[in-house]
Amino acid sequence: MNDQRSVVSAGLVLAAAVGVFGIAFGAGAVSAGASVWQTCVMSLAVFTGASQFSAISVIAAGGGTVAALGGATLLAARNGVYALAMSRVLPRGRLATRLIAAQVTIDESTAMASAARDDADARRAFWVTGIGVYVFWNIGTLMGAVAGSAVDPAVFGLDAAFPSGFVAMLAPLMDQPAHRAAAIGGAVICLVATPVLPVGLPILCAAAAVMLGVRR
Amino acid sequence: MTWTLVIVLAVVAYTFKATGMVLAAGRRLPPVLDRAAALVPAALIAALVVNDTVTSAGALTIDARAVGVGAAIVAAWRRAHLIVVIVLGAAVTAAVRAIGM
Repeated sequence: MNDQRSVVSAGLVLAAAVGVFGIAFGAGAVSAGASVWQTCVMSLAVFTGASQFSAISVIAAGGGTVAALGGATLLAARNGVYALAMSRVLPRGRLATRLIAAQVTIDESTAMASAARDDADARRAFWVTGIGVYVFWNIGTLMGAVAGSAVDPAVFGLDAAFPSGFVAMLAPLMDQPAHRAAAIGGAVICLVATPVLPVGLPILCAAAAVMLGVRR
Repeated sequence: MTWTLVIVLAVVAYTFKATGMVLAAGRRLPPVLDRAAALVPAALIAALVVNDTVTSAGALTIDARAVGVGAAIVAAWRRAHLIVVIVLGAAVTAAVRAIGM
């Protein structure tokens, strides 16, 4: 993850996979009754894939706005925790930069940044991945909303592309006992909490695992 | 789908992101909080791997993804390049699905 071209190409591979999900989202939103405008504004402004899929699946199943917001909010909350972490690697005091960075603070950009060796690499990984994913997600959304979807991401195993990538991004951190403890703790919390808590909360609760690493 | 949903969700989602970003914008966090914040990605991304690999609609499930991500874990362990790990995870998952497991 240390050379720049590697960061850029890996960020773009992730972004392209996100684009295919964008197509699926665009097509799904329109078939759930959203207009093309609503679908595209949602991807541009919300830009939180898991939340958006959750919202349209509630609507498609006949649920109302409040029900759709509830589930989507739980899934959007973790980006706030990511933002706290990413805040450390961005330059201090530049509010405008931070307000833009906030919009692209998502799973992929955070994971790529956390795998970097130093703050400069982390910043580069964060921006390349965040902006790359933003562009592909929105192009995909428009394509899916206008043309419908002929591709099912699952056929290509693309749903497994993200956890696979995240595993590779976590790997270099596993040499450090504090990070290893936090990661194992987070995984166990999610596993135990999934059957009992609403979707989205188990990942949020996993933040408690940082307590295992803080004192190491 | 209502515009209310689109707009409220956009405001909620951005508020989460911006609050976290701006909260610590102008100052150094106390050392304990700074260390905790540094460990957040490891904890949450590991949880996300579990979520994306062995859960479906709020229940634990073992399916093709577990095989694909298992292969990805082995490749990552051997320090394979990130792109190789991603492609391997997706390809193995697709192959297992194709043979109907």
